[in-house]
Amino acid sequence: MAEPRIVITGMGWVTPLGHDLNTVWKRLIAGDCGVSRIDRFAAGTFPTTFAAQLRGFDFTRFVDDPAVHEHAGLNVQFALGAARQAWTQACLSSAKKLDQRRIGIYLGAGEGVLDFDNYARTNIAGWDESANRVDARKWADAAFECMSPWREVEQEANMPVSHLAREFGIRGPAYNCLTACAASTQAVGEAVSILRRGEADVMLSGGTHTMLHVLGVTGFNRLTALSRRNDDMMHASRPFDRTRDGFVMGEGSGMVILETLDHALNRGAKPLAEVLGYGSTADAFRITDMEPQARGPAAAISAALEEAGIDPHAVDSEGCPLIQYISAHGTGTKENDSLETLAVKTVFGDNAKKIPMSSIKSMMGHLIAAAGAVELITCVLAIENQILPPTINLRDPDPELDLDYVPNIARKAKVETCLSNSFGFGGQNDTLIVRRAPG
Amino acid sequence: MRSRAVFCPALLHYPLMPRTSDRRRTVITGLGPMTAFGVGIDPLWKAMCEGRSAIKRISRFDPSGFPCQIAAELPEALFDVKSVVPKSYRKATKVMARDIELAVGAAAAAVADARLITKAVDPEKTPTIPPSRFGCQIGAGLIAADVDELTAALVTSRVRELASVGAEPDSNLRNSELKTQTFDLAHWGAAGMQNLTPLWLLKYLPNMLACHVTIIHDCQGPSNTITCAETSAALSVGESMRVIERGAADACLSGGAEFKINPMGLLRQVYTKRLLESDGIENDPMLSLRPFDPEARGTALGEGGGILVLEAWETAQQRGAPTYAELIGFAATQSFCPDTVGLSIESDGRSISDAIEAALKAAKISAQQIDAIAPLGSSIPGIDQAEAAAIKRVFRNRAADIPLITTMPNVGNCCAGAAAIPIAVAAMALKCQLLPARLNTKNASGLNANAAPSKPAALNHVLVISTGMGGQNAAIILKRI
Repeated sequence: MAEPRIVITGMGWVTPLGHDLNTVWKRLIAGDCGVSRIDRFAAGTFPTTFAAQLRGFDFTRFVDDPAVHEHAGLNVQFALGAARQAWTQACLSSAKKLDQRRIGIYLGAGEGVLDFDNYARTNIAGWDESANRVDARKWADAAFECMSPWREVEQEANMPVSHLAREFGIRGPAYNCLTACAASTQAVGEAVSILRRGEADVMLSGGTHTMLHVLGVTGFNRLTALSRRNDDMMHASRPFDRTRDGFVMGEGSGMVILETLDHALNRGAKPLAEVLGYGSTADAFRITDMEPQARGPAAAISAALEEAGIDPHAVDSEGCPLIQYISAHGTGTKENDSLETLAVKTVFGDNAKKIPMSSIKSMMGHLIAAAGAVELITCVLAIENQILPPTINLRDPDPELDLDYVPNIARKAKVETCLSNSFGFGGQNDTLIVRRAPG
Repeated sequence: MRSRAVFCPALLHYPLMPRTSDRRRTVITGLGPMTAFGVGIDPLWKAMCEGRSAIKRISRFDPSGFPCQIAAELPEALFDVKSVVPKSYRKATKVMARDIELAVGAAAAAVADARLITKAVDPEKTPTIPPSRFGCQIGAGLIAADVDELTAALVTSRVRELASVGAEPDSNLRNSELKTQTFDLAHWGAAGMQNLTPLWLLKYLPNMLACHVTIIHDCQGPSNTITCAETSAALSVGESMRVIERGAADACLSGGAEFKINPMGLLRQVYTKRLLESDGIENDPMLSLRPFDPEARGTALGEGGGILVLEAWETAQQRGAPTYAELIGFAATQSFCPDTVGLSIESDGRSISDAIEAALKAAKISAQQIDAIAPLGSSIPGIDQAEAAAIKRVFRNRAADIPLITTMPNVGNCCAGAAAIPIAVAAMALKCQLLPARLNTKNASGLNANAAPSKPAALNHVLVISTGMGGQNAAIILKRI
């Protein structure tokens, strides 16, 4: 018995560069930047005052009955928008006689947005000055007065799964994983595993996240992970550049429909790409730094190649490596970009310099848990359009980083097979490989 | 087991991965529950067999402002995270939220129980499981920031808006000041946030449970963090089974842990209307969780969860590992949630019975062969009703006879860690051929769930059911070895 082959039949995204596949893709190819001043809260005095903030998005046009999602937080709203696009593209709305129990969902969704104002008010009201700690009784009294039940419930990280399951009538396997910046890549990989094992015929997968709230920006600022180029924010996200000083926060969602090839063909759906390989590893090194030899990322890339049956050192008859594009994790932090480069060189050896690798985070910022799914979709669109999105703001190449990062300008290319990397805070490394759809 | 791909140019274009007809089998070789009774399986199993409950009035903070004032807390005397990590790692315990401490303790207990050598056990020896073949799947919840730590920083950015300065009599000034203190975001951005430790965020990311556990035991294989409320640990176990089956690892640390017995965690649970309202004082008759009883009034929080060592059958055989049970069936489903977010689920429990039936099918056994069931048994009326309906649908006339193993009346609801406890208890029941005692329930109609003492039983297959807030469900079947 052969393992079923898994294809992508639908894709959708809601990102700082737009809210539909075409608009965002065009802007990626044009090298547009989605960064602006944060105005969701007054961030003017923060060490970082800018982000790739999503604007003008209205989820109600993506759902059957907005009342069903009346309490949805922003992360859920983004997810509903992206999932509806994917669902529609996969023609699942019109699909007949699908067994809901054979449709699953596996998201790598982030937690909801903290209700910061009321939380801060409660904490301050509960503070016992003399004891230098919170008085739980006073805290509770203030909390019941000002914190809203729905705002609290909607912060649970499985809420996007629950909302999407409700919207699309999903009754099969349902999971949410949250491995920081690797989450949605891992979700897609594990969703593929569920399909291969025969636990479902169709999986809705991807991620959604926003951390553009007071404590989210505070937390990353304290970690000194964010760019602080407040006076030049449009050029702040500069992966692989010598002067890179941290990542730029983004927000949004990317969703894909995965299904077995047989299932897709039997119902007349058009496969957009095939998922060939998935590799997942843990650094198991330190909580803050990555292992200096990039052991974990290299092992994840190798594992994905092995599953795909692709030799990283081989070339085709024209001398081209068997992977023609890498969608980099490429956050724009010193450490990530150096170690990702090292991992690719370790695995691909002499082929590494021949494989273009770009980071769309230079344009739309870092969508945290949702980043991986959005970058996977980018790979599929690169294959479909035979063009690679650039790494913008790469004006001063880092002499230590000597791969082809597709600097500044999109490039036409022959692309059949792509690899997408995601590495999370906490040491989870995940890699997916997709290629042109069969047929 | 998925065949390891061999590079072959002819297959490059459409490789068909052959799969052997027999799936790679997974066994449980180590139990590391973490409960209010203490660390590891021994204190839990003893308490379960003796029929003790750890639920009482909350002592960690003053709960008097909350309608639910009870929980099952793990006393400090029974667990100190510093004692279970290698000396070189003690410093890192400073950046562990309580949830992380519990996972780290559970993992240490599971590793010891499975008689594994890991980096933490002895860094000089060859580890039993090669690090690259060792995975880790841990369920986690939304971790609340330590309220004292965060507020100590927030109060540095207070402004005192005295709307009517001068008009207030002096004696009331202090009081009025307190009432009008507000938070100055501009000050926070410019200065206040500096009062938070730089690594503050890393204490509270849910994947930090697995992060610390993988560092301590050097697990470099696939590592994931599942966040689906009470079903998290069960889904983690299912994922570990898949990881082992597809050959991506030979063993996994698998389970979950959560700590919600803090003001923020308790508030959020109160808001879900799932908690029992009790002050826990002077033998309040409302103190008890009564799963499946018409008198059930809600659940109570517990602290902990558990981690199991799951191993490929052949790896366990080769090393002569202690084995508790084999995992032979797993399935997951999603309930229809009338309120969208799963505070309530479909009352007929259709998706729960779908999960049970799919797990039976995967295990290639019939409902007739199930000898005991460990359900969620949360004592939340609507969830109990759905679970009971699901059990009755699948087991029909046997539903009233098959003994249920209830654990929440003893250890409370450990949320993302919850499902690890019935799995550990089921494994122990299979190994000891003994049903633990049941507490409190008096009138479970149509189910074998009433209070009963522990008793010997012939057990070959035990079904574990999990259903969580949000509507995610899982069913797991354990088989005696």
